[in-house]
Amino acid sequence: MAARAKDIFVDEHATRPGRDTFMTVASRALFIGLSLAFLAGLLFAPLATVFVMAFEKGYEAYLHSFQDDATASAIRLTLITAAIVVPLNTLFGLAAAWAIAKFEFRGKSFLITLIDLPLAVSPVISGMVYVLMFGLQGWFGVWLQDHDISIIFALPGIILATMFVTFPYVARELIPLMQQLGNDEEEAAITLGAGGWITFFRVTLPKVRWGLVYGVILTNARAMGEFGAVSVVSGHIRGLTNTMPLHIEILYNEYNFVGAFAVASLLTMLAVVTLIVKSLVERTGYKGH
Amino acid sequence: MLSKPLRQPSVLPGFGLTFGFTTFFLSAVVLLPLAALVLMAAKLSWSEFFSVILDARAVGSYRLSFGASLLAAAINLVFGFIIAWTLVRYEFPGKKIIDALIDMPFALPTAVSGIALTTVFAQNGWVGQYLEPLGIKVAYTWIGVTLALTLIGMPFMVRTVQPAIAEVQKDLEDAAETLGAGRFQIFRRIILPTVLPAMLTGFALAFARGVGEYGSVIFISGNLPMKTEITPLLIVIKLEEFDYKGAAALGTVMLVISFVMLLAINLLQAWGRRRHTRSGR
Repeated sequence: MAARAKDIFVDEHATRPGRDTFMTVASRALFIGLSLAFLAGLLFAPLATVFVMAFEKGYEAYLHSFQDDATASAIRLTLITAAIVVPLNTLFGLAAAWAIAKFEFRGKSFLITLIDLPLAVSPVISGMVYVLMFGLQGWFGVWLQDHDISIIFALPGIILATMFVTFPYVARELIPLMQQLGNDEEEAAITLGAGGWITFFRVTLPKVRWGLVYGVILTNARAMGEFGAVSVVSGHIRGLTNTMPLHIEILYNEYNFVGAFAVASLLTMLAVVTLIVKSLVERTGYKGH
Repeated sequence: MLSKPLRQPSVLPGFGLTFGFTTFFLSAVVLLPLAALVLMAAKLSWSEFFSVILDARAVGSYRLSFGASLLAAAINLVFGFIIAWTLVRYEFPGKKIIDALIDMPFALPTAVSGIALTTVFAQNGWVGQYLEPLGIKVAYTWIGVTLALTLIGMPFMVRTVQPAIAEVQKDLEDAAETLGAGRFQIFRRIILPTVLPAMLTGFALAFARGVGEYGSVIFISGNLPMKTEITPLLIVIKLEEFDYKGAAALGTVMLVISFVMLLAINLLQAWGRRRHTRSGR
């Protein structure tokens, strides 16, 4: 009660002449109430549902659902995909950020728009482009079949589609950060005789490390969770080309809700960890984009 | 323009290596595959192309995809502003956690939000059971599609509007109030002009995201042709029938719309920045 009274009187609106306190308190309550109600129905309830449904038949049923071979292989495939995609896109992000943030050249903003393109494209299209290239009736389909190479409905297709979808994240974190931090220290290092690589590893990388950490962790979360693009290229072969999100769909459509939400709970925890890392990174003073 | 050199000189090394790697990787992973899509659609004659993209089922899917995305972005325009305002202007217990959770729909895999939303809004779900007696069916209708797209678009709106609200000068609000302006007048004449570019950018981002969204929608929509079938799903169906050209034609339509939205978003952001500098801050 004391705290409530303090709120009213410390509130700067309340101390202002001509403003009635009731309206200030009421509008504050209205804004907070509407926000919480909206988020509760649309975000908090679904999040809670994931865990309630996963543990609906008890702790043991939850753990048991991971002993299924198809589930285990879906988890393995997702880990393999992320292990290949995340380093490649990190390398790309570092190269793109160095070229764009450290140099002035013509067509730069066009290049940035092109890098952002995968974010604007529907995930279904991100997967479809590879089917049109490497699928049986695609541009290189017959050639690939003659040489017995499978890309679509196999691991390479899943990796390509995931790469497309998560392509811009590291670059988008690093470009504004590197631009904002400027080139002075790098130029000093070079002038003092340090080589390009030494300058990069000793000067640039420590400066941008928190932005890089967040970019990588975001890429990883999106790579492990991608559904639409991977769904188009995977062919849904159980135990072979099913990633975790695709396996969730299969279990859900088979009415195996405990199994579906158990896998979903792993991905939800991954998302929570991603957000925790983001808050920790922001606490270092780095502001995300 | 011509006098500007292709690249301004710099003491820093590595331009050739990083620029070369960037353009090569970008072309291989993104640009060539997108070109393959347009070329595949170009295999159709113009009349075939138009008969595919103007087919009744395709038009029905546009109506749902665009209608639901517009409605969802409009809902986000209102609630995104309310949430952003609450997070910037008010202090309350748990605010930091809620602020962090705003990004959840962005970090959460779409398949997870899809099955979770469907469960909550199904007839016997936590929220659905209270809507059912009111005659509101959410799951497996266009309302469910709109709801899923609202959830997906929410972080884009809130995160775009939040910094703009932080920019609103409180002393101007105070001055207006001293001069006798009412709450609505202050909102319309002082707050709205500052946050409008950000709100429109957020609207465009949420809309663009909604049109292409697939994972979170297909679980909650009933996927009935002409009624609850979104355009991305129609593309997937065409691919599964090995109708590559038809799928490419629809994909090209969506790609063109993505380009237009990207352009609109860039123009809106440039407009916001110009306003920002002109107001002298």
